[in-house]
Amino acid sequence: MLGPFADDKSLLRIVTCGSVDDGKSTLMGRMLYDCRAVPDDHLTALERDSARVGTVPGGIDFALLLDGLQAEREQGITIDVAYRHFATPRRRFVVADTPGHEQYTRNMATGASTADAAILLIDARKRLLRQTLRHSHVIRLVGVQRVIVAVNKMDLVGFDEAVFREIERDYADFAAAIDLPYVQCVPISALQGDNVVHPSSRMPWYTGGALLALLEEVPVARQKDDGVFRFKVQYVNRPNSDFRGYCGTVISGRVRPGDLLRVHPDGHEVRVARVLSAAANGEDVPSAGAGESVTLTMETEVDIRRGHILAAADDAKLQVADQFSAHLIGLGERPLVPGRPYLLQMGPTIVGAQITDLKYQIDMNTRAHQAAKIVNMNEVAVCNLALDRSAAFLPFAAGHALGAFILADRETNDTVAAGTIDFTLRRATNVTWQPTTVDKGSRARLLAQKPCVVWLTGLSGAGKSTIADALEQKLHALGRASFILDGDNLRHGINRDLGFTEADRVENIRRVAEIAKLFVEAGLIVVVSLISPFRSERRMARELVGPDEFLEIYVDTPLEDCERRDAKGLYRKARAGLLPNFTGIGSPYEPPEAPDLVIDTTRTAPEQAAALIVERLAVGEC
Amino acid sequence: MIAFRDRTARDQNLRLIVHTNREGIAAGVSPFGAGAAHYTDVMKTQALKQALNTHRFDLAFGGARRDEEASRAKERIFSFRTASHQWNPQKQRPELWNIYNGRIRPGESIRAFPLSNWTELDVWSYIAYERIPVVPLYFAKERPVVERQGMLLMVDDNRMPLAPGETPRLERVRFRTLGCYPLTAAIRSEATTLGAIIQELKIGTTSERQGRLIDFDQAGSMEFKKQEGYF
Repeated sequence: MLGPFADDKSLLRIVTCGSVDDGKSTLMGRMLYDCRAVPDDHLTALERDSARVGTVPGGIDFALLLDGLQAEREQGITIDVAYRHFATPRRRFVVADTPGHEQYTRNMATGASTADAAILLIDARKRLLRQTLRHSHVIRLVGVQRVIVAVNKMDLVGFDEAVFREIERDYADFAAAIDLPYVQCVPISALQGDNVVHPSSRMPWYTGGALLALLEEVPVARQKDDGVFRFKVQYVNRPNSDFRGYCGTVISGRVRPGDLLRVHPDGHEVRVARVLSAAANGEDVPSAGAGESVTLTMETEVDIRRGHILAAADDAKLQVADQFSAHLIGLGERPLVPGRPYLLQMGPTIVGAQITDLKYQIDMNTRAHQAAKIVNMNEVAVCNLALDRSAAFLPFAAGHALGAFILADRETNDTVAAGTIDFTLRRATNVTWQPTTVDKGSRARLLAQKPCVVWLTGLSGAGKSTIADALEQKLHALGRASFILDGDNLRHGINRDLGFTEADRVENIRRVAEIAKLFVEAGLIVVVSLISPFRSERRMARELVGPDEFLEIYVDTPLEDCERRDAKGLYRKARAGLLPNFTGIGSPYEPPEAPDLVIDTTRTAPEQAAALIVERLAVGEC
Repeated sequence: MIAFRDRTARDQNLRLIVHTNREGIAAGVSPFGAGAAHYTDVMKTQALKQALNTHRFDLAFGGARRDEEASRAKERIFSFRTASHQWNPQKQRPELWNIYNGRIRPGESIRAFPLSNWTELDVWSYIAYERIPVVPLYFAKERPVVERQGMLLMVDDNRMPLAPGETPRLERVRFRTLGCYPLTAAIRSEATTLGAIIQELKIGTTSERQGRLIDFDQAGSMEFKKQEGYF
C-alpha cells in the first residue's frame, strides 16, 4: 500500500550532542547548507544576522541557523533543542540540535529521547570532556544505541591522524563500558566543511565515508516487537449506549476479532469483538499490528479505562507490580527527594509514586556508584520506586512504550525526572495485608468518637505546641481519647536519626504521618504539631490518612513575631549561621493554599484557637 | 477562507466559536499601512487571549510546525503557557519519548502542536493522499496584485489603499500560507492542482513563511510574538 507521505525514503532521527563549543550548531548549520536544505529567505536572514551578531568575522555563522532564540544569539550558545529537517537522495533526516552546557542537559535528553542515532562531537584539541561522557550516559539512558563520533576542529590540530586515532580508541573503551553497541568515528572540520558532506582531501589517511555518508548507512531504530499483542488504552469512545470502543495505538504484536486478552492491572479476561482501523476510515479490519491506531470493541462489558493495558492473555513477559527498580535522571530545579509524593506518567497511565530507596548515584566521569540522599537536576541515579497502585510494565530494554516514564511535581506540575524501568520488585506481591477482625470502626464505636488527625503546621515558634496542648485539654475534658504527636518530642525517639536537610524532613513527615494513621486506626483523635514546611508532604499526609479524617490547620504567625518570641533561642542561632536549614531563614516555608482552618495568632489566643478547632471537629456531635 | 471555514463547520456538525476583538474594531486598528505589527497584536494575539480567557480552555491546538521558523523549531509538542498566556522559551518542560505532561493549574494552559515534526511537503502529500478539501486561495489563479518591497499583495478589497501611481495587474499567483489579509503575500505560481503544488515544493528554494510580512519587522520577531501569546 502506498503511504500517506509521497516520499517513501527512510526517515532517520538524529540528535547532536557533545560539550559546549565543540561546534554542534556550526556542524548542523554546515550540513544543512551543504545539503541545500536552507531556503533562500532563511539564507538572506542568516547573512544579515551573521553580520550583526555572528562569531565568524566576515563569514557566515552557521550556528545562527539553529540558535533561533534571541538569548542564544546574544550569548552565542544553544539553550534549547532545535529540530530541523533535511534530505538527501537516499534518506530524510530530522535532526535535534541540542545544548552542550551542563545546566541544559535536560534539554539534550528531550532531543535524544526520540532519536535513532546520535552525532557526538569531540573537539580534537580537548579530547573526551566531562560533558562528552555525561551526554553519552544520558543518550544511552534514554535509549539511543547508535553513535557517530565526529572529531571536530581537525584543522586546528594540523589534520593529525595520531590525534584522531587516540580519541577513537579512548571513546571505544568508554562506549564498551557503558554498553553502546554501535560506534563509528569520523574526523571533520565543521567550519571548513571537511568530511561533513563532501569527503576531505586533507586527511588521506581516513578512508571511511564523510559524516553524511555514515548517517545514510545507520540502521533506523525500530520499536522492538516480540510478536505479543500489547495495547495501551488512550481513550474510551462511547458516543451512545450501543457502542463502547477502546482507542489507542498497537505497541506490539497483532490483534484479531476473537482474540482473548487480559486487562491490566486488574487482571480479568476479555474477548475482542471488532477491530476498527483509523487508516480504513473507521471500518472493520481483519487484524491490526504495531504502530496502527485502532478502536477495539469487546464481546462482554468489562471495566476498561484510559491508562489500562490490554495484552494477549498468555503474555508471560508483561509484569504487574507496584514497586520497581529504575534509572532516573533529575530534570527539575528542585532536587528529587525520597519519600516525597510525585505523579508517575507513562503515556496515558498516571499514578502516585515515591522513591523508596535511592540506591546510588552514577558519577558520569568515573562510572562509580556513589551514595546519595537526593537527585539533583541532570544527575543520574538508580532507585526503587513505589506506586499508589499496581501498573503493568516491561523493562526499558524491551522498548519505551511500557518501560519509560516521567515524574511530575504535584504542586507545580513540572516534569522533574525521566526514568527507565530495569525490573519490577517481587517483594510487592510477597507481602500481603493481614486483615484483623476488630477494625477501625469497631474501635471508634467503643470510644464513641470519630477518629481523625488535626495537623498543625506553621513556623517554628508560631505557637503550634501551645495550641496543641490547649486543644488536648479541651478534648480530655469532653471525654475524648486523644494523643499529641509533637515534632520535637518525636525527634528524641523514633526520628532521632534524622537531621534537617530536605530529604530528612520529608522522611520525618512520612514517619509522623504513618504513626498518625496507626493512631487513627486505633480510634484516637491525633493532634500533630509539626512545622511540616512543604506542601507536597502535607498533601501526602492527607492522602495517607484519608481526606475525611484530616484537618489541616495553619498556625499563622508572622516570621518577625516568631523571631521576637524566640522561646528556644533557635532564631538567634539561625541568624548567626549555626542552623543552616532553619525554616523561614535558610529553608523555605510553603503556607497552605487551602487549609481547613487558619489561626491568626496575632489576634487569637491559644485557648480561643483550641475552641475554634473543637468547634470545627464537631466533637460534641459524635 | 471564511466561507470555507463555515462550510466545514456545518458539514462536520461542529460547534464553531468565532471571537473578534471588539475593542480593536472600536479603536479602528487597520491592517493597512504602517500598523501591521500593532494590528497583529490587537486582532490576533489579544483576540486569542480574550477567547481563551472567556471560554477557559485548558488546551488549544495549533498547526505550527518546526520547519517553519527558527523559534518554532524550538517549540515543544505540548507547550506550556502561564495564566497570562506567556511562553517562556528558556524554561520549557522537558519532553521525553512520547510522554506529554499536560498537567496545569487553573488559568494555565497548553498549546499542543501535533504536526510539529511534519514538513510543508508532508502536509500537502497527506492532503493529497486523504483527499482533504482546502481553501481555493492555495491554488494558482489570475488575481489582481501590486508589488511592494518584493512582496505580491492581492488587491481584491476596496479598503486597500493604493500608493500614487500603483495599479493592480493580473498575475497567476497562489498563497503558500494564509494569515491576515493583507499581511500575507502571494507567490507567482502555475500550480492549480495538488500534484502541481507538491512538485513546486520539491523544487522550491524559499520557505513557506517568506510571505508573512510580520515575521520580518525585526530579528527574533516570532519569538517575541509567541512570548506575548501569539500562536
